Amino acid sequence: MIEVFFQYDFLRYSLYTGLMIGFLAPVVGVFIVVRRLSMMADALSHITLTGIAFSLLLGRYYPFFAGLNPVYMGMVFSISGALLIEKLRHMYQYYKELAIPIILSGAIGVGVLFISLADGFNNDLFNYLFGSVVAISETDFHVVIVLTFLVSLVLLLFYKELFFLSFDEEQAVISGLPKRSLHFIFMILVALVIGISMQIVGILLVSALMTLPVASAMRWARGFKQMFLYAVLFGEVSVITGLISAFHLDLAPGGTIVMTNIALLIGSIALTRKRSL
Amino acid sequence: MNEQSRPLAIDIDQLSFAYQNQNVLEDINMKVPQGSFLGLVGPNGSGKSTLIKCLLGLLTPNQGTVKLFGVNVKKFDRWNDIGFVSQKANSFNSGFPATVFEVVSMGLYGKVGLFRFLNRKHKQKVREAIAQVGMEDFINENIGQLSGGQQQRVFIARALVSDPSLLILDEPTVGVDAKSVTNFYTMLKKLNDEKGITLILVTHDIGAMSEYVTDVACLNKCLHFHGNKHSFEENKEEMMTAMYGHEVNLLEHNHDHDHHHHHHDHDDVRRDET
Repeated sequence: MIEVFFQYDFLRYSLYTGLMIGFLAPVVGVFIVVRRLSMMADALSHITLTGIAFSLLLGRYYPFFAGLNPVYMGMVFSISGALLIEKLRHMYQYYKELAIPIILSGAIGVGVLFISLADGFNNDLFNYLFGSVVAISETDFHVVIVLTFLVSLVLLLFYKELFFLSFDEEQAVISGLPKRSLHFIFMILVALVIGISMQIVGILLVSALMTLPVASAMRWARGFKQMFLYAVLFGEVSVITGLISAFHLDLAPGGTIVMTNIALLIGSIALTRKRSL
Repeated sequence: MNEQSRPLAIDIDQLSFAYQNQNVLEDINMKVPQGSFLGLVGPNGSGKSTLIKCLLGLLTPNQGTVKLFGVNVKKFDRWNDIGFVSQKANSFNSGFPATVFEVVSMGLYGKVGLFRFLNRKHKQKVREAIAQVGMEDFINENIGQLSGGQQQRVFIARALVSDPSLLILDEPTVGVDAKSVTNFYTMLKKLNDEKGITLILVTHDIGAMSEYVTDVACLNKCLHFHGNKHSFEENKEEMMTAMYGHEVNLLEHNHDHDHHHHHHDHDDVRRDET
């Protein structure tokens, strides 16, 4: 079953990338979930799509962009989107959650314009929406390795600060943690992880890989550290199962990965019924 | 001990604070010597929490100054010396997946600093703080599984783990059952007696705390009273009217019926307010 992934380079890159996002997305996801930023992750992934559409559009006119993986433009867009959302949150002090739908719909609106300006992008776009088993080139793969290392390092270095801020923002600020800088750093990490993950899972489902394994982990974990352990375990199982079945059944991996996650979640809830959270 | 000779933990001088145009605190002067156990009482909405936020530098007063251990709060940087247990501590997201050990560890994060992790000595301190509040049997339990009183103990341990010289507790017993409240106050008194920690206990519940504290301050926009417990007991009736008088007048129906039971009366007022 899995041997075929080692016979072809492009499949091998996908598998290794899959293993890395099966680790990264749930780890970042733990913080996203406990800080109640799930909607934010969703918004950022849609903004990434706008960046991708923009890059594809530019690619029609400038050869440089045609040769560049549109995902990088997507990451630039989603980091800017994160900044804009923060700005807007301060303008609507009493209705902070309004910032997300404003930026989300604005970004999708612009994205749709880009797409129609370029007369539709057909199958390329389909892959970005739902993921693909064959999306990763050798260069992309090396970029993914570097980014995975960087994101993990930053998360490790700021682990205790992010944990404190998630648990009890007021106390964290009193003890002198720089809340805004930490939040900013974290949002950049989220934007990067979305960019890495979406090539395999697809934009529509990338936030699922960040939240579903965490939702399952919550049923089992005792303590914060265990959350990561379980979330990564569920994340990896879903990515591996999803990629293999997507390849053999000729399906989009986004769908198979998310369905595996849903199955794991239902199993977790059923087996831990007695615990209420 | 002579009040004047002890160095001050807190020195508030002519402090006033207003949200937009509404005055919340007016001309507060208060000196708290180190080693005191001060009960700061006042009805809901009397500005207690605002005063605490000014003390912690979270709000900047419109007028006046706050000094902590002789240093202006704007320049104060020894935040590890100050422990704070907020009112919100027991309304935190109770599903949060963190163990007692993990929660108490947070109290050391400021001390440990960026890019560093807890070493063996730190972990030992965490275990000691947990033992100090009598929660060692629950060290690996998720905080959400504990009762309100137990959670509050954990938050005290978190405040204690960095060895603070001043511990501020804002309505720590809200939502905690009566028996646990007594144990809780006894534990605070012990910390004050044995370790000499200066304690400030903010509460609207005058009855329960008065036998544990050394000093009392009564706040309702202005500071109506500040002195040791005995002079407070002597002037209690007067203080009550000064502080709660306004609301009591509004509820004359109640007032007529319970004319002789001042204390009872205030309980009613409080319940009506909330």
